Amino acid sequence: MIDERTARRLARRHAAERRFKLYGMASVAVALAFLVALLVTIVGKGYTAFAQTGIAVEVSFDAGPVKEGDFAGLVKSALAARFPEVTARNDKRELFGLISSGADRVLRDMVQDDPGLIGQRRVVTLLASDDVDMVFKGHVTAESGRLTARQAEWLASLRQTGAVSLGFNTTFFTAGDSREPELAGVGGAVVGSLFAMVVTLCLAFPLGVSTAVYLEEFAPKNRWTELIEVNINNLAAVPSIVFGLLGLALFLNFLNMPRSAPLVGGLVLTLMSLPVIIIASRAALKAVPPSIREAARGLGASRLQVVTHHVLPLAMPGILTGTIIATAHAIGETAPLLMIGMVAFIVDIPAGFLDPATVLPVQVYLWADSPERAFVERTSAAIMILLAFLAVMNLLAIVLRKKFERRW
Amino acid sequence: MLKKTLAAAVATVAFASAAEARDQIRIVGSSTVYPFSTTVAEQFGKSTSYKTPVIESTGSGGGIKLFCAGVGLGHPDITNSSRRIKASEVETCAKNGVTAITEVKIGYDGIVIANAKTASRFDLSREQVFLALAKQVPVDGKLVANPYKTWKQIDAKLPDQPIEVLGPPPTSGTRDAFVELVMEEACGKFPEIVALKSDAAAHKTACQSVREDGAFIEAGENDNLIVQKLSGNPKALGIFGYSFLDQNADKLQGSLINGVQPSFEEIASGKYPVSRPLFFYVKKAHVGQIPGMREFVAEFASEKSWGPDGYLADKGLIPMPTAERKAMAEQATSMADLKM
Repeated sequence: MIDERTARRLARRHAAERRFKLYGMASVAVALAFLVALLVTIVGKGYTAFAQTGIAVEVSFDAGPVKEGDFAGLVKSALAARFPEVTARNDKRELFGLISSGADRVLRDMVQDDPGLIGQRRVVTLLASDDVDMVFKGHVTAESGRLTARQAEWLASLRQTGAVSLGFNTTFFTAGDSREPELAGVGGAVVGSLFAMVVTLCLAFPLGVSTAVYLEEFAPKNRWTELIEVNINNLAAVPSIVFGLLGLALFLNFLNMPRSAPLVGGLVLTLMSLPVIIIASRAALKAVPPSIREAARGLGASRLQVVTHHVLPLAMPGILTGTIIATAHAIGETAPLLMIGMVAFIVDIPAGFLDPATVLPVQVYLWADSPERAFVERTSAAIMILLAFLAVMNLLAIVLRKKFERRW
Repeated sequence: MLKKTLAAAVATVAFASAAEARDQIRIVGSSTVYPFSTTVAEQFGKSTSYKTPVIESTGSGGGIKLFCAGVGLGHPDITNSSRRIKASEVETCAKNGVTAITEVKIGYDGIVIANAKTASRFDLSREQVFLALAKQVPVDGKLVANPYKTWKQIDAKLPDQPIEVLGPPPTSGTRDAFVELVMEEACGKFPEIVALKSDAAAHKTACQSVREDGAFIEAGENDNLIVQKLSGNPKALGIFGYSFLDQNADKLQGSLINGVQPSFEEIASGKYPVSRPLFFYVKKAHVGQIPGMREFVAEFASEKSWGPDGYLADKGLIPMPTAERKAMAEQATSMADLKM
């Protein structure tokens, strides 16, 4: 039998609990809504970049121009043959504007693969220019876009015969940067990001873990180690541009390393992620119960054996998670890379750690700043690739944690 | 032990790279020239046996700083600039051993004031723009804090809507050019401000200060952002580079300035009043050291790139008049020394 006052208090407490749960659910819902809005806008804007407009025309592989390597000439004569009524020089320039200036590469590759093509005629799908691409995908109408009235007319006539079509945009994945949106790709940036990440992982992981192990398991607790600890915690909160300035002063100006190299980028990102890895590793080491250490010591293990045989394996899931999250954070950085010259236009895909390279977030930044309309969708598509990159890394962190997780 | 090995490894890499000769042109500088410079670089890489130059977008000032830091493989060969190099910068250059510099003007960049196509087109004079955006404006013979809230208050012919202009922040070269070409030009027309001439600092403040009461909104360095905001808000005007208007002609329209619309032809003929020259600077000490320097400059200064029908015009660069182009090409290929 509960008296009335108790009943009222109980009801209030239950109501408070329900309210609290509601607040929690509301904040989760808000966070989810933001995430969904972000994904929807990015995917909605970017998915069209994975397709690319092509124009099918009959190309005759004449021996003369092929020998001279004038594949652009083949493209031009194919278009001229398709529209024989276009004769004036200026009109022809307009006509050739429908096709990308990089369309001749396809023809060159075709002839290289099969020299028997010379002297034959084939229908080839040529890469359309970015202006045509934007009109065909419906981002701008033919009248309001950058196409001239005649270009719009020619495009309409090509569309009537079914010559214009969308194909999968492989260039976007394989090519480096370009000022022509239809020739631009994230290939160079992905490779640059990978190189920088390899350097970061190879340096930050062993350095960070050994520092954490020493500080946690071996170092005496005195004023010096406390000072070091405070400094590490401070470093974790330093703005990333400061690490870029440090990298510029130390690696470029003092050690004379090359500008724009992923090696230097990786070194700077190592400096940036080290404090985070140390803090995460120390927390993971602290979480290993002291009974494990004492038991091992009791059985006669040395301090090093205690660490390498017992504490470190048990702390590994936490250490790995911390490392991967710190690296994932590092590959999303642009600010520290500005100082060491990685915010740059680089066409060639880097082949080594010293070649000039850029990274994915920098590519996003550079494209977001470009006037060409076709870069709008490519910016979003590059963000999607970056998000996929991060998702894979976080997934890896979860898998590793699950695999090594131990319970006491 | 580990530390020693690491230090040795780092040192080896450093020396190996320092000893390695650079076979690629390095360019730094203005983000306004970046789209044009990169286009030329890409063409150059495709059509010659040289490697494609690496171009960093550092801003004009940052680029000149890097460029002037010294001579040698570790320093850039060319810097792009959306303004002419300053005498003080040339001095810094000389102090660091960068004495021989060639200046090349590549063309013009128009700065437009645009709004969404869904609204009516503006027809403004520079004085009206000044009255709308200056921090202090002359009213009844005195300079007072800008009282204008709507365009109609400035001129009865202008629409009755609040003044709302999105523009670049003071760190941007576009902002500098806008202030120089619109604000400073206009403030010479007001006797109240001309009277301040004796007090140089006060005159400068009156001419260059942009209002901070919310009518002028600093929208960041990214011009695409302004374009997006304008298409969503038909009441606002935006200030940005011509190439962005060219690419977004389906959504935006350029306002007439002094009765001239910002079209390719009008800017090229010099009738449209708000355009600025763009430059790049070549370090002569590197010509012959870095392969392809001469050829790259020649490619940039050729008719097929910066001419009226060239590929840079297609990217939104406004070409120089024929005679100026010829003179500039001569200056570029002969690597004439910079004269201040």
